[in-house]
Amino acid sequence: MKILKHELRQGRTACLIWTAIITFLMIVCIFLFPEMKGEMEEVGDIFASMGSFTAAFGMDRLNMGTLVGFYGIECGNVLGLGGAFFAALTGVSMLAKEERNGTVEFLMTHPVSRVRVVTQKLIAAAVQILFLNLIILCFSLLSVALIRELIPWKEILLLHLAYFLLQLELAGLCFGISAFLRRGGVGVGLGLAVMAYFLNLIANLTEKAGFLRYVTPFAYCEAAQILTEGRLNFRLVLVGMVFMGIGIAAAYIRYCRKDLMA
Amino acid sequence: MKETVDQEGKGSPAQGTYLEESVPETISLKGLTKYYGRMRGIEGVDLTVDRGEFFGFIGPNGAGKSTTIRLLLGLVKPTGGEARIFGMDVEKDREKILSAVGYLPAEASFYPGMRVKDVLELSAGLREKSDRLKSDRLKIAKSCRETAGELCGRLHLDPSRKVEELSFGNRKKVAIVCALQHNPKLLILDEPTSGLDPLMQKEFFEILRERNQAGTTIFLSSHILSEVQHNCTRAAIIREGRIIACDRVEALYRTGIKRVGIHGRVDLSRLSGVQDLQRIGEETLNFLYGGEMKPLLAVLAKGEVHDLTMTEPDLEEMFLHDFQEGNT
Repeated sequence: MKILKHELRQGRTACLIWTAIITFLMIVCIFLFPEMKGEMEEVGDIFASMGSFTAAFGMDRLNMGTLVGFYGIECGNVLGLGGAFFAALTGVSMLAKEERNGTVEFLMTHPVSRVRVVTQKLIAAAVQILFLNLIILCFSLLSVALIRELIPWKEILLLHLAYFLLQLELAGLCFGISAFLRRGGVGVGLGLAVMAYFLNLIANLTEKAGFLRYVTPFAYCEAAQILTEGRLNFRLVLVGMVFMGIGIAAAYIRYCRKDLMA
Repeated sequence: MKETVDQEGKGSPAQGTYLEESVPETISLKGLTKYYGRMRGIEGVDLTVDRGEFFGFIGPNGAGKSTTIRLLLGLVKPTGGEARIFGMDVEKDREKILSAVGYLPAEASFYPGMRVKDVLELSAGLREKSDRLKSDRLKIAKSCRETAGELCGRLHLDPSRKVEELSFGNRKKVAIVCALQHNPKLLILDEPTSGLDPLMQKEFFEILRERNQAGTTIFLSSHILSEVQHNCTRAAIIREGRIIACDRVEALYRTGIKRVGIHGRVDLSRLSGVQDLQRIGEETLNFLYGGEMKPLLAVLAKGEVHDLTMTEPDLEEMFLHDFQEGNT
């Protein structure tokens, strides 16, 4: 567990900063809700008349005047994008950073197997993502309680679960990519997260692009679907978890075979 | 043939636990080849380093020294041939081998934000074996700490300093302690003295000699030939990925070649065996001579010689000349 502990120590600052920023933005959003609740009823018609863009953001099926509707769209975007960026960056740098920073010679000249390195780094990424999500969930629930709204437990937990799974999927994919990289990776990670976000918007814009829902993890994080149906789309989640599995398997296969250069 | 010796909790506990004591060669390379895509790393390298040897590995930059070391440490996979350490395959038994190996890289990189003592603890921790009893692990950790403390003292290294604040030379010292603190059976050193001041170099080689006398095999890769000449018993020279010579250090430079210095006027145009001819002014000549003595003396007799010196060239001189000319 030395490598796991070491990774958690190394990633501690970045994880705390990302957690603090996303938590802060979530709290700000939630505390804005009471003020915006009245206004949302007035602007609801405007949102509803924005054509395809209304559908792209799921606003055609959600009432922004209710806490769950507001939470699903505003907070969902903050947690969705922020969490996706963090997960992608964590995953994509986990293996590649050793070669980029020249520390691979230090690590891999100790009696540790490559499988052990990959496994403990993978666990470290998952632990950091879990920590980020738990802290955000706790503070979000506390904030909802503080604005004296009834906590919609099921809806909020389902939304947070969906975003947690999205982050795991992106981290898994980026972890796989990380095994192929020697330098950089930040651009690849962020690019993948942004692409996934926009693919979902495109999939929502037109039925012809509906197949993209199977490609992007943001599809099973659709607040409109989760809140109206009261459950996750398990088919999409399953496809996402398969992608994650492919990423992780690729990481093991590639990293155990590749030449490691400092 | 294979015999796994487990020294669990006995003797020097931090030392490697799986050693093929029955195998006389600590390192054995047979036809070892490595290509990076189409680029040549090394080709058909055959080499043996016996147990307890202080072995030098010499070659210019890009000759294949680092590739050979990377292959030995299992960092890169061979394209062909085989590499064995303690009689074990460097790929299949990588962890067993590395538990008894200390490696000093040419350029040491450490994780940011760590203090020297954290790096040393991490290095020792990565060598811990989870299948050992806790009491044994504690004993090993204590032994590592004691050795590290002693080495830090000898190398004037402050363990409380942050690694990113350290100079290149001090980072090198951290790497030295990491490589030595677990009392390895084999030390692999890649350009070990770069960045160290002369006093530290002296202390470092003193430590190496002590370890070597205690039985540690040392594989020293360097392009500083005097280091090899003064410390190693045997050496191999690698050029363009191939071993071109491997012998006792004295034999490598006792090849009959002489460094000749002449003050006077001599016609060398018809003398064969002259290399590295340097003319300093009108009347001073300096060259390496690898031919028979008789023709040389005849040429000198015909010329006007005011002064003559004839010395044995050092390894560095021969090496540089051979690599520049490519005529070894």
